[in-house]
Amino acid sequence: MIEMNQTVQTASAELGNSIRTGSGKSFDRRARLRWANSAFRIACIAAAAFVCLVLFGILFLMFRTGVLTFQEVSFAEFFFSADWDPENGKYGALLFIFGTVALTALTLLISVPFSVLIAVFLAEVTPKWLRNLLRPVLDLLVGIPSVVYGYLGLTVLIPWLRDMTGKDLADGLLAAAIVLTIMVLPTISRVSDDAISAVPKKYRDASYALGSNRFQTIFRVVLPASSRGIVYAVILGMARAIGETMAVVMVIGNTAQIADSLFTPTAVLTSNIVMQISSVEFDSTWNYALYMMGFLLLVISLIMIVAVRFLQKRGVRES
Amino acid sequence: MKALIEIDKLNLFYGTFQALKNVSMEIPQRAITAFIGPSGCGKSTLLRTLNRMNDMIPGTRIEGKIAVGGTDIYSGEVHVETLRKKVGMVFQQPNPFPKSIYDNVAYGPRLHGIRGKKQLDEIVESSLRAAALWDEVKDHLKRSALSISGGQQQRLCIARALAVEPDVLLMDEATSALDPISTLKIEELAQELKDKYTIVMVTHNMHQAARVSHQTVFFLNGEVVEYSETEKLFSDPSDQRTEDYISGRFG
Amino acid sequence: MNESTRSEAPYSFGKRNSSSALYDRIFTGLVWGIGILVILFIVGLLFMLLKNGLPKLTWDFLYSIPSEIEEGGGIGPALFNSFYLLAISLIISIPIGLAAGIYLAEFAPNNKLIDFVRICVEGLSSVPSIIFGLFGIALFVEMFQIGLTILGGAISLAFLNLPMLTRITEESIRAVPVEMKNASFALGSTHLQTIRRVLIPVALNGLITGICLTAGRAFGESAVIILTAGVTTSGVMWDFNLFSPGETLAVHLWYVQSEAIVPDAQEIAQKATSVLIFIVLLINIVFRVPLWLNSRKTKS
Repeated sequence: MIEMNQTVQTASAELGNSIRTGSGKSFDRRARLRWANSAFRIACIAAAAFVCLVLFGILFLMFRTGVLTFQEVSFAEFFFSADWDPENGKYGALLFIFGTVALTALTLLISVPFSVLIAVFLAEVTPKWLRNLLRPVLDLLVGIPSVVYGYLGLTVLIPWLRDMTGKDLADGLLAAAIVLTIMVLPTISRVSDDAISAVPKKYRDASYALGSNRFQTIFRVVLPASSRGIVYAVILGMARAIGETMAVVMVIGNTAQIADSLFTPTAVLTSNIVMQISSVEFDSTWNYALYMMGFLLLVISLIMIVAVRFLQKRGVRES
Repeated sequence: MKALIEIDKLNLFYGTFQALKNVSMEIPQRAITAFIGPSGCGKSTLLRTLNRMNDMIPGTRIEGKIAVGGTDIYSGEVHVETLRKKVGMVFQQPNPFPKSIYDNVAYGPRLHGIRGKKQLDEIVESSLRAAALWDEVKDHLKRSALSISGGQQQRLCIARALAVEPDVLLMDEATSALDPISTLKIEELAQELKDKYTIVMVTHNMHQAARVSHQTVFFLNGEVVEYSETEKLFSDPSDQRTEDYISGRFG
Repeated sequence: MNESTRSEAPYSFGKRNSSSALYDRIFTGLVWGIGILVILFIVGLLFMLLKNGLPKLTWDFLYSIPSEIEEGGGIGPALFNSFYLLAISLIISIPIGLAAGIYLAEFAPNNKLIDFVRICVEGLSSVPSIIFGLFGIALFVEMFQIGLTILGGAISLAFLNLPMLTRITEESIRAVPVEMKNASFALGSTHLQTIRRVLIPVALNGLITGICLTAGRAFGESAVIILTAGVTTSGVMWDFNLFSPGETLAVHLWYVQSEAIVPDAQEIAQKATSVLIFIVLLINIVFRVPLWLNSRKTKS
């Protein structure tokens, strides 16, 4: 048993009392702080709920408007007919879907090899000072507005393509793919760069210790180890390419026909929406069809995010 | 009521894992109590119950009673922020804020509503003096707290804790990350502080406990094996496990 | 990997090395070449744009009103609208994005609900910008019947900003070492006090970087604006009316290139592009330099 003298005992009782709520001189302040804390917490929860609400609002409105298309247009016609002539009642969206798919595929075909090479360049080959210079430069390029790239495409690329091929009109898939490549290149390279840099040093050390040179080490050890990250980078680039509007609309020709060559003026989902949306009545099948196309884009983008998350989860489980 | 802090049949669970088993003890006022024991035995966990810092770990569940000054600190009527003001803590790794030395010490008082510059100046000076740091930093109060050495940072953290005028100071292995000279300085500091504050220190260095404390508590696997006056515990322990630990047979 | 048919001791690396060493050298050369070329190329293009446009800029151009038919139009109202819309969208989206990010970093219990919120944020950040435009039309033009306005454009832009701000806030706050939080709580602070006095100041670098990135993107955004705020302005400078049509600089650039019939469209486009790039770079670089300096100071 421990005994305490009188003064010490009172100090102890004071302490015991002071920690109770509803007592003490600074009670008002403490209550105020408590209240502010709770209010803030509620505000943060509300904000997070709001963000979710925006997403669902978008999904809901897009679906509700887009689905009205099918009052007049059959499923089969919308998805499988390439005849888009709304003034004459034709609402075949296949050509835009094809355009988007073809453009994205072509863009990835051109951009991925270059991007991965640049990522390898940054992560493995450059000296540190150069790396610290180039990485911010690439990061800045990601922030350049898409109209600027479209403008470049229109004023630099198309004339150049015209000269090179002798055609009158060089708009079309190739021009759009090149412009999109320049746009997604910084994104895919930097994210791949991060993935490659994250490969632990010991893998490289092991490879070198076995006598490989840099080329072999990179191709046989580093790239396979970072493959999941690179796939993630490519998906990000793909998402950006699919959803890109302004850069594409300036060089693709905006004609409602399926592209049968790299130089046929054509259109994709995004470019068509932006070209036609301002001149249609909201309560028309034409408008509903455009919203349906938007809804398609939305669903494709969201599926890609889900796919990425799935990939990441599997990666964590396997590692 | 006999001691400042009374712990009665305390059980603590992290989810399904029981970290503290039926702990009962008393912590005397204005003295230094040391918690010793091998790693993972629960001494830090118990320390953190005293200022309810383990509230922040999700899934923590408490049974039993801890009374500080006669008030059960886990009862609904306790104001946690005031409890933490009165029961201060210094951590293993010095963790000053990336602000100036002055602002670090003034942080606590400002939290609790003290705003006048003159008042803050006085508090900062007296706290730094109490932490035996004033002479070393008095001309550099506006410098970043990160620019001083590790030992000085830890004394700064002590000053910061003292600035809110606690009654109890909890030290969670406060010298483990420091060099021997700084460690010694802080042990001396604790000796000075015990006249005004009740100190509870967790240490994995039992020699430190033997040097510095008045009462020592030996923990093993979440239980209190034994506690008594330090001299007695180290020279004539009642429990065989205590004897084994002290003589280095395990730990 | 055996170049020679002579039986050699397996340790003679000489012969085996030569071919793969050659590959290595080709590879290195290729990587250097492509790397430098591509990056220089893109940077060069932008540089060229700046060089072509910036010297030709005059205050008159920046200030005056565009003309539909005659030469000599400027970008005044569009430039003003760009800043105005940016400001309004940031005023709306920064508090909400910050609060949502803080919720995810600090208040959210670790469970299914949080995963759900996080998927929502990621999902929202993957939505193509034109969809925000369509959403804006359905909301402002159709449901609220206000037509193409600055307000509609700014709010749609705010929706676009939200996911980025939320994500960056969450990351920046999580990056603050947990010891700082512990120290603050141990001194008797409430959660809000810790957030205000420790977490946000320490995370400030990351937060400001995030805001700059978001602002840069919002400034250059065009698809959303075309759909919700239109391709015209009210024709006067300093028009603060929220219900005026709200063409921005980026939109004006597109408009001038595709639809305009003024004879000096090319030149206007050149100058407008250079202004656009310049301001975006400014937002991205200039605000981050003091941050970089500040972080070096607190680290020492």
